[in-house]
Amino acid sequence: MEYTIFILLLPLLTFISLGLLGTKLKPCTAGLIGTISLGLVAILSYFTAFQYFTTQKIDGVYQALMPFNTTWLNVGANLHIDLGILLDPISVMMLVVISTVSLMVHLYSMGYMKGEVGFQRYYAFLSLFSFSMLGLVLATNIFQMYIFWELVGVSSYLLIGFYYTKPSAVAAAKKAFIVTRFADLFFLIGILVLSYYTQTFDFGILNSGNESVFGNAIGSTFMGTSVLTWAMAFIFIGGAGKSAMFPLHIWLPDAMEGPTPVSALIHAATMVVAGVYLVARFFPVYVEFTPEVLHGIAYVGAFTSLFAAVIALVQTDIKRVLAFSTISQIGFMMVALGVSGYEGHYGLGYMSSMFHLFTHAMFKALLFLGAGSIIHAVHSNEMKDMGGLRKYMPITRWTFLIACLAIAGIPPFSGFVSKDEILTATYHFSTGMGIWMTVTAGLTAFYMFRLYYNIFWGKEHKHAHTPHESPLSMTFPLMFLGLLTVVGGFIPFGKLVTADRADYTIHLDMMIATISVVVAVIAILFATYLYRKPSDVPTQMANKVRRLYLAAYHRFYIDEVYLFITKRIIFNGISRPIAWFDRHVVDGTMNGMASVTDWTSIKIRRFQSGSVQWYAYVFLLGVLTITLLAVFL
Amino acid sequence: MGDILVNTVQIPVPMIAYLIVSLIMLFAGVYGFLTRKNLIMILIAVELILNAVDINFAVFNRYLFPAQTEGLFFAFFTIAIAACETAVAIAIIINVYRRFGNAEVDNIHNMKE
Repeated sequence: MEYTIFILLLPLLTFISLGLLGTKLKPCTAGLIGTISLGLVAILSYFTAFQYFTTQKIDGVYQALMPFNTTWLNVGANLHIDLGILLDPISVMMLVVISTVSLMVHLYSMGYMKGEVGFQRYYAFLSLFSFSMLGLVLATNIFQMYIFWELVGVSSYLLIGFYYTKPSAVAAAKKAFIVTRFADLFFLIGILVLSYYTQTFDFGILNSGNESVFGNAIGSTFMGTSVLTWAMAFIFIGGAGKSAMFPLHIWLPDAMEGPTPVSALIHAATMVVAGVYLVARFFPVYVEFTPEVLHGIAYVGAFTSLFAAVIALVQTDIKRVLAFSTISQIGFMMVALGVSGYEGHYGLGYMSSMFHLFTHAMFKALLFLGAGSIIHAVHSNEMKDMGGLRKYMPITRWTFLIACLAIAGIPPFSGFVSKDEILTATYHFSTGMGIWMTVTAGLTAFYMFRLYYNIFWGKEHKHAHTPHESPLSMTFPLMFLGLLTVVGGFIPFGKLVTADRADYTIHLDMMIATISVVVAVIAILFATYLYRKPSDVPTQMANKVRRLYLAAYHRFYIDEVYLFITKRIIFNGISRPIAWFDRHVVDGTMNGMASVTDWTSIKIRRFQSGSVQWYAYVFLLGVLTITLLAVFL
Repeated sequence: MGDILVNTVQIPVPMIAYLIVSLIMLFAGVYGFLTRKNLIMILIAVELILNAVDINFAVFNRYLFPAQTEGLFFAFFTIAIAACETAVAIAIIINVYRRFGNAEVDNIHNMKE
């Protein structure tokens, strides 16, 4: 399956050519080149997936495959950094997800970004992103993954800051980059510690389950905990940064400043699940050697998902609602991984997490693209400027509804199946966790339908011009993703992607399924009651819990806490004294030396009068002095 | 008068006498070099110093090593080199004069800046 290398090379070449020649091409040509290249990548990915899942199952277990691997750098005697392609169930599944969503976003952008300045640059960046994201999932070793991980961060930065004349977009881009970079610092430390003790970067060796690999790492302790635990926890912090887990989630809502298709691609479907993918990639290590870290991941995920869901309840910017919903759903995936075991029946969490990643990518991309279509029509992100759009935008409305039903967990849409498996896994872990996640799922259903009713029903806003349905280039991706959202739940995922790579039979736990559906339906009905017709019941309810409402509206002041810590404590407490020291002590020494030299020079400059006769006179005096000394001493 | 002449021939002049003359010449040259402002006069002062040295060469050779001639030849060399030096110096002085309109050292500061 050597052709998989083209999955990486095609977007890279597209990026280089569009980046270099972009301005010489017509915008639509550049868009077509990008889209066609991504189309080829998608075809290759589907073919790879088909071939992999049909031929690589040996004795009921999927075999990992490395069609391409080369040593890139030798570090020390045993340690070497490779570049290559690793095919195994999760990477192949991610290939399909990334190429599908990316292709849809490429198509969609042809309509959405039409007439924008820098259209070619936009497509170049999209190709760069696709390249780095594909490289990330195909990495054979942790260091290669780290390289692409950073590339993904860079392309995310470039795309968030696409409207670089807008100060808020620039600030958001910087925020996203700095926050994720801060998390990546821990990731890098984790990688270095892990590779130092195990003498390998390779996923194959690390995930082999062989305890001798980790002998040193488990044996050495740091502050009472084994080094392996530290390393794996640090690696998770890197993943938490990219996946916007609390408290590193602050960059994701701001990242919505980028163009909406970018939000769909990067900040909903692909890049933000990189953290989940990372944990899944190291899952054998987590589950076997550091279960305490895995449980920590579960708690972080559970807290984040409820926290983000509460914030999503009261936001008024539709993209922000979707952003917090994304954070919440990623929390679901993290929880599922965190509560999962490894073999057979215990691997339910892992399977459901990957399944949810897959279905979430489809319906969340659909939601974002739908939101883009709405923003395209009304030129605003705010709910109050919408309302009653169902008459004008039928395709957007129906596809949006499908996605809302899917994320709310209504059968038979894809989200129901995957979310139900996650809930089952959490109930197996502990009842408390199960109830916590069920509540979160109910909140999800509520805020999604609040969004839906506020956009398409409710009080009709007076529009300057009548909103209209978007062009086909934008509605086709909506319909395609809508179709995937409807049928996605029927994919026999248990036969494709599981923790131990063997078959897993999905069977619905009727009781849990009933509970979750009932909760979701109640939440939806409640949202219908509140928001379908214009009423002041929501305002009254908000006034009753005014404090909580305001806190949630201001996202629980987490941004302010960050600002307080950075500006007051770090800037004032640490940076300023250091700057003072630098300016006055370090620079002062240098400046002092300079001024002493300067002063001395001014004083002795008379000696260099340029008058040769004066020199000769001094010379003569010198000679006489030396002579007299020589004679009389 | 004749006696004096005879006496002069017969009683050799002591070496120190020559050296005193040479010393006076040398310091006269040095004094001129330091105090004169006209380039021509400075050049003359330098010639005076050189001639003082020549006298020393000749005297030391004649009195201390009468069998040898190195000192004399050194004096010849010095005279030849002094001639060359004078030629070059005069050329420079003419150029200076053309450029500045006089040959006074105090007026020439251009090299300093």
